[in-house]
Amino acid sequence: MTKAEIIEKIYEKVGFSKKESAEIVELVFDTMKTTLERGEKIKISGFGNFVVRQKRPRIGRNPQTGEEIEICARRVLTFRPSQVLKIALNHDGNA
Amino acid sequence: MRQGKEGGVNKSDLITAVAGQMPNLAMKDVEIIVNTIFHSMTDALSTGDRIEIRGFGSFEVRVRQPRSGRNPKTGENVSVGLRRVPFFKVGKELRERIRDDERGA
Repeated sequence: MTKAEIIEKIYEKVGFSKKESAEIVELVFDTMKTTLERGEKIKISGFGNFVVRQKRPRIGRNPQTGEEIEICARRVLTFRPSQVLKIALNHDGNA
Repeated sequence: MRQGKEGGVNKSDLITAVAGQMPNLAMKDVEIIVNTIFHSMTDALSTGDRIEIRGFGSFEVRVRQPRSGRNPKTGENVSVGLRRVPFFKVGKELRERIRDDERGA
Protein backbone atom coordinates (compact mmCIF):
# COMPACT_ATOMS: atom_id res chain seq x y z
CA MET A 1 0.00 0.00 0.00
CA THR A 2 1.23 3.46 -0.88
CA LYS A 3 0.05 6.97 -0.15
CA ALA A 4 -1.76 6.94 -3.50
CA GLU A 5 -3.80 3.92 -2.39
CA ILE A 6 -4.71 5.57 0.91
CA ILE A 7 -5.90 8.59 -1.08
CA GLU A 8 -7.94 6.25 -3.31
CA LYS A 9 -9.60 4.72 -0.20
CA ILE A 10 -10.61 8.14 1.07
CA TYR A 11 -11.95 9.07 -2.33
CA GLU A 12 -14.02 5.84 -2.41
CA LYS A 13 -15.24 5.79 1.17
CA VAL A 14 -15.63 9.43 2.05
CA GLY A 15 -16.39 10.90 -1.35
CA PHE A 16 -13.93 13.76 -1.30
CA SER A 17 -12.32 14.65 -4.61
CA LYS A 18 -8.94 13.05 -5.26
CA LYS A 19 -7.30 16.45 -5.10
CA GLU A 20 -8.81 17.21 -1.70
CA SER A 21 -8.10 13.72 -0.39
CA ALA A 22 -4.47 13.97 -1.50
CA GLU A 23 -4.08 17.37 0.10
CA ILE A 24 -5.40 16.18 3.45
CA VAL A 25 -3.39 12.94 3.50
CA GLU A 26 -0.27 14.97 2.75
CA LEU A 27 -1.14 17.39 5.54
CA VAL A 28 -1.73 14.57 8.04
CA PHE A 29 1.72 13.05 7.44
CA ASP A 30 3.38 16.48 7.34
CA THR A 31 1.82 17.36 10.69
CA MET A 32 3.03 14.05 12.14
CA LYS A 33 6.56 14.67 10.84
CA THR A 34 6.70 18.19 12.29
CA THR A 35 5.45 16.93 15.64
CA LEU A 36 8.04 14.15 15.79
CA GLU A 37 10.78 16.53 14.68
CA ARG A 38 10.01 18.59 17.79
CA GLY A 39 10.63 15.44 19.81
CA GLU A 40 6.99 14.95 20.77
CA LYS A 41 5.34 11.57 20.76
CA ILE A 42 2.20 10.76 18.80
CA LYS A 43 -0.41 8.39 20.17
CA ILE A 44 -2.94 7.01 17.72
CA SER A 45 -5.37 4.89 19.70
CA GLY A 46 -6.09 1.61 17.96
CA PHE A 47 -2.94 1.87 15.87
CA GLY A 48 0.12 2.64 17.95
CA ASN A 49 2.50 5.21 19.38
CA PHE A 50 5.36 6.94 17.60
CA VAL A 51 8.03 7.81 20.15
CA VAL A 52 11.23 9.84 19.73
CA ARG A 53 14.03 8.44 21.88
CA GLN A 54 17.34 9.98 22.78
CA LYS A 55 20.34 7.71 22.22
CA ARG A 56 23.63 8.33 23.98
CA PRO A 57 26.94 8.44 22.11
CA ARG A 58 28.74 5.11 22.02
CA ILE A 59 31.75 3.51 20.44
CA GLY A 60 30.83 1.37 17.50
CA ARG A 61 32.91 -0.73 15.20
CA ASN A 62 33.00 -1.08 11.48
CA PRO A 63 32.18 -4.79 11.17
CA GLN A 64 34.18 -5.03 7.96
CA THR A 65 37.44 -3.43 9.08
CA GLY A 66 37.15 -3.75 12.86
CA GLU A 67 37.91 -0.05 13.09
CA GLU A 68 36.41 1.81 16.06
CA ILE A 69 34.25 4.83 15.39
CA GLU A 70 32.30 7.10 17.68
CA ILE A 71 28.57 7.04 17.13
CA CYS A 72 27.13 10.45 18.02
CA ALA A 73 24.31 11.07 20.46
CA ARG A 74 21.17 11.22 18.36
CA ARG A 75 17.43 10.91 18.40
CA VAL A 76 15.63 7.97 16.82
CA LEU A 77 12.00 7.19 16.11
CA THR A 78 10.38 4.01 17.34
CA PHE A 79 6.89 2.69 16.72
CA ARG A 80 5.07 0.78 19.43
CA PRO A 81 2.06 -0.98 17.92
CA SER A 82 -1.15 -0.92 19.94
CA GLN A 83 -2.67 -4.13 21.29
CA VAL A 84 -5.56 -3.61 18.86
CA LEU A 85 -3.21 -3.63 15.85
CA LYS A 86 -1.33 -6.68 17.12
CA ILE A 87 -4.60 -8.56 17.51
CA ALA A 88 -5.83 -7.44 14.07
CA LEU A 89 -2.75 -9.03 12.51
CA ASN A 90 -3.47 -12.36 14.17
CA HIS A 91 -7.26 -12.47 13.91
CA ASP A 92 -7.45 -15.46 11.58
CA GLY A 93 -6.76 -18.11 14.18
CA ASN A 94 -3.01 -18.12 13.69
CA ALA A 95 -2.50 -16.09 16.84
CA MET B 1 -0.59 22.19 18.45
CA ARG B 2 -2.42 21.49 21.69
CA GLN B 3 -0.71 18.94 23.87
CA GLY B 4 -1.99 16.31 26.27
CA LYS B 5 -1.24 16.38 29.98
CA GLU B 6 1.86 14.22 29.78
CA GLY B 7 3.11 15.84 26.59
CA GLY B 8 2.77 14.43 23.14
CA VAL B 9 -0.04 14.51 20.67
CA ASN B 10 -2.99 12.15 20.35
CA LYS B 11 -5.34 11.50 17.45
CA SER B 12 -7.77 14.28 18.34
CA ASP B 13 -4.88 16.79 18.63
CA LEU B 14 -3.76 15.68 15.17
CA ILE B 15 -7.29 16.12 13.80
CA THR B 16 -7.54 19.62 15.33
CA ALA B 17 -4.16 20.64 13.90
CA VAL B 18 -5.02 19.41 10.40
CA ALA B 19 -8.50 21.00 10.51
CA GLY B 20 -6.88 24.30 11.50
CA GLN B 21 -4.95 24.28 8.24
CA MET B 22 -7.98 23.35 6.12
CA PRO B 23 -10.52 26.06 7.02
CA ASN B 24 -12.90 24.96 4.27
CA LEU B 25 -13.35 21.51 5.82
CA ALA B 26 -15.51 20.63 8.81
CA MET B 27 -13.70 19.12 11.79
CA LYS B 28 -15.98 16.09 11.48
CA ASP B 29 -14.78 15.48 7.91
CA VAL B 30 -11.13 15.69 8.93
CA GLU B 31 -11.90 13.23 11.72
CA ILE B 32 -13.43 10.78 9.22
CA ILE B 33 -10.41 11.11 6.95
CA VAL B 34 -7.83 10.61 9.70
CA ASN B 35 -9.74 7.55 10.92
CA THR B 36 -9.93 6.23 7.36
CA ILE B 37 -6.15 6.60 6.98
CA PHE B 38 -5.36 4.50 10.04
CA HIS B 39 -8.15 1.99 9.35
CA SER B 40 -6.94 1.38 5.82
CA MET B 41 -3.39 0.98 7.09
CA THR B 42 -4.57 -1.56 9.69
CA ASP B 43 -6.54 -3.41 6.98
CA ALA B 44 -3.52 -3.51 4.69
CA LEU B 45 -1.26 -4.90 7.42
CA SER B 46 -3.83 -7.48 8.50
CA THR B 47 -3.83 -8.90 4.97
CA GLY B 48 -0.04 -9.03 5.10
CA ASP B 49 0.40 -6.05 2.79
CA ARG B 50 3.38 -3.74 3.20
CA ILE B 51 2.81 0.03 3.48
CA GLU B 52 5.22 2.61 2.18
CA ILE B 53 4.70 6.30 2.93
CA ARG B 54 7.51 8.09 1.18
CA GLY B 55 9.36 10.52 3.45
CA PHE B 56 7.71 9.04 6.52
CA GLY B 57 8.48 5.35 6.68
CA SER B 58 7.29 1.85 5.90
CA PHE B 59 5.30 -0.74 7.81
CA GLU B 60 5.51 -4.45 7.27
CA VAL B 61 4.41 -7.64 8.93
CA ARG B 62 7.04 -9.95 10.33
CA VAL B 63 6.31 -13.53 11.22
CA ARG B 64 7.51 -14.94 14.53
CA GLN B 65 7.85 -18.72 14.36
CA PRO B 66 6.12 -20.87 16.96
CA ARG B 67 8.30 -21.62 19.94
CA SER B 68 8.00 -23.22 23.32
CA GLY B 69 8.27 -20.73 26.11
CA ARG B 70 8.11 -20.89 29.85
CA ASN B 71 5.92 -19.12 32.34
CA PRO B 72 8.57 -17.28 34.38
CA LYS B 73 6.40 -17.40 37.51
CA THR B 74 5.54 -21.08 37.56
CA GLY B 75 8.31 -22.51 35.39
CA GLU B 76 5.60 -24.28 33.41
CA ASN B 77 6.22 -24.96 29.71
CA VAL B 78 3.84 -23.21 27.36
CA SER B 79 3.75 -23.27 23.59
CA VAL B 80 3.65 -19.94 21.80
CA GLY B 81 2.09 -20.24 18.35
CA LEU B 82 3.06 -18.47 15.16
CA ARG B 83 2.54 -14.72 15.53
CA ARG B 84 2.54 -11.82 13.12
CA VAL B 85 3.97 -8.57 14.42
CA PRO B 86 3.94 -5.13 12.81
CA PHE B 87 7.34 -3.59 12.13
CA PHE B 88 8.00 0.08 11.32
CA LYS B 89 11.08 1.42 9.61
CA VAL B 90 11.53 5.18 9.62
CA GLY B 91 12.04 6.81 6.22
CA LYS B 92 15.25 8.63 5.32
CA GLU B 93 13.79 12.14 5.32
CA LEU B 94 12.11 11.78 8.71
CA ARG B 95 15.12 10.02 10.24
CA GLU B 96 17.35 12.94 9.24
CA ARG B 97 14.87 15.49 10.56
CA ILE B 98 14.59 13.77 13.93
CA ARG B 99 18.25 12.88 14.39
CA ASP B 100 19.37 16.22 15.86
CA ASP B 101 22.94 15.06 16.46
CA GLU B 102 26.20 16.95 16.97
CA ARG B 103 26.59 17.46 13.26
CA GLY B 104 23.63 19.80 13.58
CA ALA B 105 21.41 17.78 11.26
